[in-house]
Amino acid sequence: MEPIFYTYQEFYTYTKGILYILIIASLIGVACFWNFLAGKDEDKNGNDF
Amino acid sequence: MSDNAIVQPRTWFTPFNVITGTIICIGIVISILRFTTGLGSVTHLTDDNPWGVWIGFDLLVGVALAAGGYVTSSAVYLFGMKKYHSAVRPAVLTGFLGYALVVFALHYDVGRPWRLPYPFIMQQGTTSLLFEVAGCVALYLTVLFLEFVPAALEWLGFKRVRQLIIKLTLLLTVFGVVLSTLHQSSLGALFLISPSKLHPLWYSTYLPVYFFISSIIAGLSMVIFESTLSHRYFGHKMDKTHLDENEGVTLGFGKAASLVLFGYFIIKVMGIAGANNWHLLGTPYGYWFLVELIGFIAFPCFFFATGVRNKDIKLIKWTSAWSVLGIVLNRLNVSLIAFNWQLPLDRKYIPHWMEISLSIFIVTVGIVVFRFIVTRMPIFYEHPEYKDTH
Repeated sequence: MEPIFYTYQEFYTYTKGILYILIIASLIGVACFWNFLAGKDEDKNGNDF
Repeated sequence: MSDNAIVQPRTWFTPFNVITGTIICIGIVISILRFTTGLGSVTHLTDDNPWGVWIGFDLLVGVALAAGGYVTSSAVYLFGMKKYHSAVRPAVLTGFLGYALVVFALHYDVGRPWRLPYPFIMQQGTTSLLFEVAGCVALYLTVLFLEFVPAALEWLGFKRVRQLIIKLTLLLTVFGVVLSTLHQSSLGALFLISPSKLHPLWYSTYLPVYFFISSIIAGLSMVIFESTLSHRYFGHKMDKTHLDENEGVTLGFGKAASLVLFGYFIIKVMGIAGANNWHLLGTPYGYWFLVELIGFIAFPCFFFATGVRNKDIKLIKWTSAWSVLGIVLNRLNVSLIAFNWQLPLDRKYIPHWMEISLSIFIVTVGIVVFRFIVTRMPIFYEHPEYKDTH
């Protein structure tokens, strides 16, 4: 159910809360994605690009 | 060759020349019509929709896809990734032609070509984003010209001038990156003034950031896409270095593109979260937004990553074309499809066939000029007199 916001502060508290969860998920996601991307790439010089 | 062999005379009427020649003839006719009878005779532009395909596709898509120049130059000259060096000249040429054609296309929209320098000499609109875009594009076109001109000077044999200009490479690259961050983001910022006209799923105060990040994706993808086509049609012009480095360029740029796409996907999702627009995803425009987000951002990201991981060059090349389409779709969505989304159908903008024909004409001119340059100038090979000097 869509929450009703009576003040700007309520709106921001709700949206920022979701954003914080998303950013933490994204940071974990980036680590997993990097692992997937570079997983098979055993560059002898240790260079990623 | 046998004495009895019949030598076929070279003909101008090759399929490529016939098709491009026809398109160019049609484009010239439409150009004459536009400048003699006005916008109304060749476009469906109205007061509701003053910007159409010529801005949405020719300008916004053109500038985004020409971003390969600054991306490749900065990778090689600023980040020291010398293994991509062979990709610099083709990328700079693509960028130079892209920006030149953007300025060419702009003339059709503004209508009085002699007034193009007016923002610099008559009245500076210092509160206008478009003034900043105009300034940056003009300067960056100059930068790209100076980055490209050593190849032309090598072809013409002007050694001293070439030596002088090649010393400016690092300065031009830095300047190019600064200018590109400015104008790529500012093109997105143009839409900040119309929050009620642009659909909330595409509208965001982060539009400048979205446009800049997606320009990096466009540049990386376009370098892979252009090198794929160049290898197919101009492979005989390429030297050993270029051919040897091609796989590395494809893998490296594919890896970078997949990372940037991942970041772009995250910030787009955060844009929805920040504005609390989740409920809009269930609407028709929401489904179209998901087509762009999942189909043209998430999927290319995944397939680039898979291709890099498995060293599948073919997959990366196909994904680059897909990613380029995604950038085209994004720019068209922001400028045309999701713009004025609330208008009834009879007031919505549908391009005139002449507008589309002219855009095709401009792209064709670009391809013809690209072909002229790469078949004559040292773009895909190093000139024997200037090996390892750039």
